[in-house]
Amino acid sequence: MSSKQKAVNADLAREFGLSAEEYDRVLAIMGRTPSLTELGVFSVMWSEHCSYKSSRKWLRTLPTTAPWVIHGPGENAGVVDIGQGLAAIFKMESHNHPSFIEPYQGAATGVGGILRDVFTMGARPVANLNALRFGSPETPRTRQIVDGVVRGIGGYGNCVGVPTVGGEVNFHPAYDGNPLVNAMTVGVARQDKIFLSAAAGIGNPVVYVGSKTGRDGIHGATMSSAEFDENALAKRPTVQVGDPFVEKLLIEACLELMATDAIVAIQDMGAAGLTSSSVEMAGKGGVGIDLDLDAVPQREPNMTAYEMMLSESQERMLIVIKPERTEVARAIFEKWELDFAVIGHLTDTGNIVVRHKGQVEADIPLDPLAEQAPIYDRPTAPLPAPEPVGDIHDPLGLEQTLIRLVGCPDVASRAWIWNQYDSTVGGQTVRRPGGADAAIVKVEDTSIGLALTTDCTPRYCRANPKKGGAQAVAEAWRNITATGARPLAVTDNLNFGNPEKPEIMAQFVGAIEGIGEACRALDFPIVSGNVSLYNETRNPDGTTSAILPTPALGGLGVLDDVTKNVGLGMPENGTLILVGETKGHLGQSLWLREILGRETGDAPDVDLAAERRNGDFVREQITSGVVKACHDVSDGGILIAAAEMVMATGNGCELEPPQSGMRPEAFWFGEDQGRYLVAVEGDGKTFLAAAEKAGVPARVAAAIGGDCLVLPSGARVSAARLNVAHAAFFPALMDR
Amino acid sequence: MKAGIVVFPGTNRERDMAIALKAVTGHAPKILWHRDTELPELDLVVLPGGFSYGDYLRCGAMAAHSPIMREIRAFAEKGGHILGVCNGFQILTETGLLPGALLRNAGLRFLSQDCHLRVENSETPFTRRWKKGDVFRTPLAHGDGNYVADAETLKTLQGENRVAFRYAAPNGKMDAADRDSNPNGSLDAIAGILSANSRICGMMPHPEDLVDPLMGGEDGKPLFESLVEALVR
Repeated sequence: MSSKQKAVNADLAREFGLSAEEYDRVLAIMGRTPSLTELGVFSVMWSEHCSYKSSRKWLRTLPTTAPWVIHGPGENAGVVDIGQGLAAIFKMESHNHPSFIEPYQGAATGVGGILRDVFTMGARPVANLNALRFGSPETPRTRQIVDGVVRGIGGYGNCVGVPTVGGEVNFHPAYDGNPLVNAMTVGVARQDKIFLSAAAGIGNPVVYVGSKTGRDGIHGATMSSAEFDENALAKRPTVQVGDPFVEKLLIEACLELMATDAIVAIQDMGAAGLTSSSVEMAGKGGVGIDLDLDAVPQREPNMTAYEMMLSESQERMLIVIKPERTEVARAIFEKWELDFAVIGHLTDTGNIVVRHKGQVEADIPLDPLAEQAPIYDRPTAPLPAPEPVGDIHDPLGLEQTLIRLVGCPDVASRAWIWNQYDSTVGGQTVRRPGGADAAIVKVEDTSIGLALTTDCTPRYCRANPKKGGAQAVAEAWRNITATGARPLAVTDNLNFGNPEKPEIMAQFVGAIEGIGEACRALDFPIVSGNVSLYNETRNPDGTTSAILPTPALGGLGVLDDVTKNVGLGMPENGTLILVGETKGHLGQSLWLREILGRETGDAPDVDLAAERRNGDFVREQITSGVVKACHDVSDGGILIAAAEMVMATGNGCELEPPQSGMRPEAFWFGEDQGRYLVAVEGDGKTFLAAAEKAGVPARVAAAIGGDCLVLPSGARVSAARLNVAHAAFFPALMDR
Repeated sequence: MKAGIVVFPGTNRERDMAIALKAVTGHAPKILWHRDTELPELDLVVLPGGFSYGDYLRCGAMAAHSPIMREIRAFAEKGGHILGVCNGFQILTETGLLPGALLRNAGLRFLSQDCHLRVENSETPFTRRWKKGDVFRTPLAHGDGNYVADAETLKTLQGENRVAFRYAAPNGKMDAADRDSNPNGSLDAIAGILSANSRICGMMPHPEDLVDPLMGGEDGKPLFESLVEALVR
């Protein structure tokens, strides 16, 4: 063993993120002091990021199966049956820590990484989405982070030619030191051409393709498993640098190779690079693997084994190939001007053996590396009861409140962001960002449409993690339903603070319980996901600030006949109907925060039976062709939902008075769940009768017509005026 | 009409273009590889959008030196028809087949949005299905679409009626200083230009992405129908 660089001991292990107990376990497995490279392998494989040691116990409780689920969690991405012999492959993943340190590259490589998770399974990526949380607009660094993240997502996605079709953005001071960048990719593959990562075939060559290995991103996975301190920005060298041009070539080359029968197994090199890809592929296949690092294409001279094994250089893949097909494969990668190198082979030893310059640098048994990985049942503290809502009054009146809310940071038009993302490349984008509750992308050469959305309401999750978790699932399901699509499955990206703090762990467990309950009730299983913990920043005074609990969900639904989708834009005439029960819940509402300046009260109840009944009814009506537009009622309640429909097309409507016996602001801005605004032709009587028959609450909300949102007082707020208020926030923040 | 679409490393709108061409001709165009050293018999060569060679160095600069470009130059000299869209337009200016250059957008940000184009010359193989002054909607998606040319070139383009399309407001009003209608800040609001023989057209926006009502409209279709009308023998 040659590891002269640094003495390996418990101190170095701690520096690498391993606890004393974990290091003892390493010593027991190895029966000797590990080499530096071996310690590096253990530390990244046992990092929170790679091992899910704090979350695994709870992730197991989530529902992951359904008749249409082909592969659930455990593969690079989730796979569901979308009909006609095709599968949708999708996943969402965080790149939070790198995006704070280096916003452009952090976000760009987040997109690159999630793309690879999807095309490694044989899918052509057809859509990207994202879920972004930024600090307060008043915090100076927020502007810089928004700018870098948006440029990074666009810079990468636009170049690889995958349309960015949707996403969500929130601002809150809790993200000041720790923005969240969650990126989602959806791809489509033939069900009989799906590629998995379990290695097989003793003696089969292990091939490295893509970019060369450099010294970037070393220990990135470990960085992502710790809180930030005041020196966070000095960690810039741990952030990887993306090259979307190479990624585009890699997509085309891999898909071309996948059309042959050369591949036994394939996996991208993501977090912990060569280490995690080789360990996971061999481990899943129950085989050993020998790597010869001299054969690894290298960008820099004199890289050590430790550096190569830990590098997170981007745009690389590891493939186990049929030996007789090696030259066919090599020719394809040479055509695309990418590196191709046989760097090892599979063995029957059950060990990973790493050789470099004639020395064995690592020799680790794979079974104990995986099986004895730490798993923690972290303690939880009882969650604090939500604060009382407090005194409710209406300081502004309906019209002023409306104008204020359509322009507030969490509702304001996101066009400034969307307009930097290519949303049409591929020629299959049926509903672009802002056109419908979920983006709609047609599957080329079929009648199928995919409905895609990302959702989470972090303020609900903080007040009540369980309700918040359930609400995020319900909203994703509802957004898909509102386009007429059938919700199929969901990917989760669980962003939380430090799980070693019982109150944070309680948030995590509560959210998982809510998510699981809602997924079961709505037949909407979790098929892939990612956990990002330690989203906290250490303040100069020694305390730490955690983000709001943010379990972001990425939902996928299918339209068998994509022409039967509806958008959210108000039509020229007809009747607007409110579906679902309005109780006037103002706790944690946007209205309460923006108008009264309070984040108090409990999150709204999520009645999953009503959610399902209302949604199934709305979808049935859309499919039958009587619905001209549909929009779910979420942030800001009924009045904001109606305003959004008006702003989308410029067509107006005249609102009916609120329900009697309820404060007007509770009716207009309450955020009760399970509700939709549905635009139908004529007076809506047929629709109301059908709703009554189905046991679904429904009432006329407005007569559609004109170019104003007409309030019950008779005040006319023109679509143009709403749009001016709606459009101002982002340009004012970013282009000043 | 026999059409061929050239794929360079980094090209990413070849499928969109193939769909649009197939929609009007009924059959799929040929896909050509940047290393090809001869062209099949073709009526139309299309250089589609994307990021050839990652837009590194300068947009289109490296693609302009691909082996196939020698053949495309010869094709042009023989009077062949060429359409370059977005990155394809950038490549045509880099090869010198069209004059001028495309710089960073005036706002220094990538732009992806709908714009409106006014047809300035309807007597070309690319525009004959429109009338002069017609306005149509089309998506654009680029970081470097700000057309520039020296004063003499601009005068030539204007004098020889070689501006095919200008960015305009939906009502047809053209104002080069107005960022709402001329989003990338192009000189004289120029969105597309023609060669002296009107057989080569370069434009930044993507009419190929608006040829199906399901995707929001068919406003881009007349361009492809014009080509079919002009080139089907």
